[in-house]
Amino acid sequence: MPEVLIQYEAEIWQAIAETFIMVGVSLLFAIVLGLPLGTILFLTRKGQLLENRFVFSICNLFVNIVRSFPFLLFVVFLIPFTRWIIGTAIGTAAATVPLAIMAIAYYSRLVEQALLEVPKGVIEAAISMGASIPQTVFKFLLVEARSGLVLGLTTSAISFISYSTIVGVVGGGGIGDFAIRYGYQQFKTELMTYMIIIMIILVQLIQFVGSTISRVIDKR
Amino acid sequence: MITLTDVSKTYIQNNSPFLAIDSVSLSVYRGDIYGIIGRSGAGKSTLLRMINLIESPDRGSVIVNGQDLTKLPRKQLRQARQSIGMIFQHFNLVANKSVFDNVLVSLELAKYPKKESRKRALEVLQFVGLEELVRKYPSQLSGGQKQRVAIARALANKPSILLCDEPTSALDPNTTREILGVLKNINQHLGVTIVIVSHEMDVIKSICNRVTIMDQGKVYETIDVEPAGIQRSDHTPEWFLTQLREE
Repeated sequence: MPEVLIQYEAEIWQAIAETFIMVGVSLLFAIVLGLPLGTILFLTRKGQLLENRFVFSICNLFVNIVRSFPFLLFVVFLIPFTRWIIGTAIGTAAATVPLAIMAIAYYSRLVEQALLEVPKGVIEAAISMGASIPQTVFKFLLVEARSGLVLGLTTSAISFISYSTIVGVVGGGGIGDFAIRYGYQQFKTELMTYMIIIMIILVQLIQFVGSTISRVIDKR
Repeated sequence: MITLTDVSKTYIQNNSPFLAIDSVSLSVYRGDIYGIIGRSGAGKSTLLRMINLIESPDRGSVIVNGQDLTKLPRKQLRQARQSIGMIFQHFNLVANKSVFDNVLVSLELAKYPKKESRKRALEVLQFVGLEELVRKYPSQLSGGQKQRVAIARALANKPSILLCDEPTSALDPNTTREILGVLKNINQHLGVTIVIVSHEMDVIKSICNRVTIMDQGKVYETIDVEPAGIQRSDHTPEWFLTQLREE
């Protein structure tokens, strides 16, 4: 193993762990809140089951606003809010606040898109069988859209890795931040290159797993 | 059994109102195979969708099995829908569920007793002749097989009415006859009242005993007819050849 990697082994493991925490928390929020928000966006759209201009506009506006921030600016802008929630604006825990909010907005849009792919006839069939709206969502819509939902989550996870580098600014840590501080700022180009390689491997791995799962569960 | 009285429906299309259904009344009696025919845009599919209130009329009443569906609260409307099966031109199966699970979901929705529902699902799949294919997914089936799954799904909860929206319009002539045979069988042996919307004259002629002709959202005429029976002209290569030579 190259000498620099051995020299910084502890720090590198620490950085990898931080990246996993940040991406993991983002994914958790994406699923727990982004999935329902995306479903609401879909259902309240014009011509859909719960068509509601007011609710749709509010959700749509939230998603658009969050997503129009350059992420770096979003992190900085959120500092007072982060401090209020976590008690501090610095560190890995604090970094997860902007990440989680971005994750919700990001994934909800992909969920909405995946649900729009479901043929309208399937929803009509569900209603004709006497399904309630929650039953239509859980027994029909999400089942039919599942491979798109997994692919969306995969795309999200990869974006979150990139975002997690940016939250290094507020001391979020992680591989990207490590690469910048040690590799770039201390002129250890070799170290930076290795970190980039780790990130490439990580992204490949995520994409491989995501694509495989999505393909296996797609019976369409 | 089904009585629509003076139902109307207006859509807003490109900011101008379009009268899709113009004060239509019709009655379907128990045991009927009732046909609704007309040009595309005549309002026949919309009318069919009013029978289970997938489309709600702007005015008029929809009485099915003695209940006015337009007056029912949501929950009871959902219950009423469970005794009205429906099949569609494009089958509308859940592609990510197996044949068996597609049928099972309809029983789940109807809160069919869990223990018996597996048995019941197999039973209806047997009735439509698909017992061999229960583990397959819809994408592995032919059009006719998909429509059979849809029929099994619609029949699982023992409905008294089956609504068919262009059930054979995506199928070839041979498969069409097969499906019509299944529908006739359902009507005769299970006593299910059937309403069929189609633009295909042969389909309506072969099995319907009463037909409404729709035009521009209105009933043009309703007549009693003697079902002509399902014509047996197999579309074999020889048949195609003779047909072509005759021209």
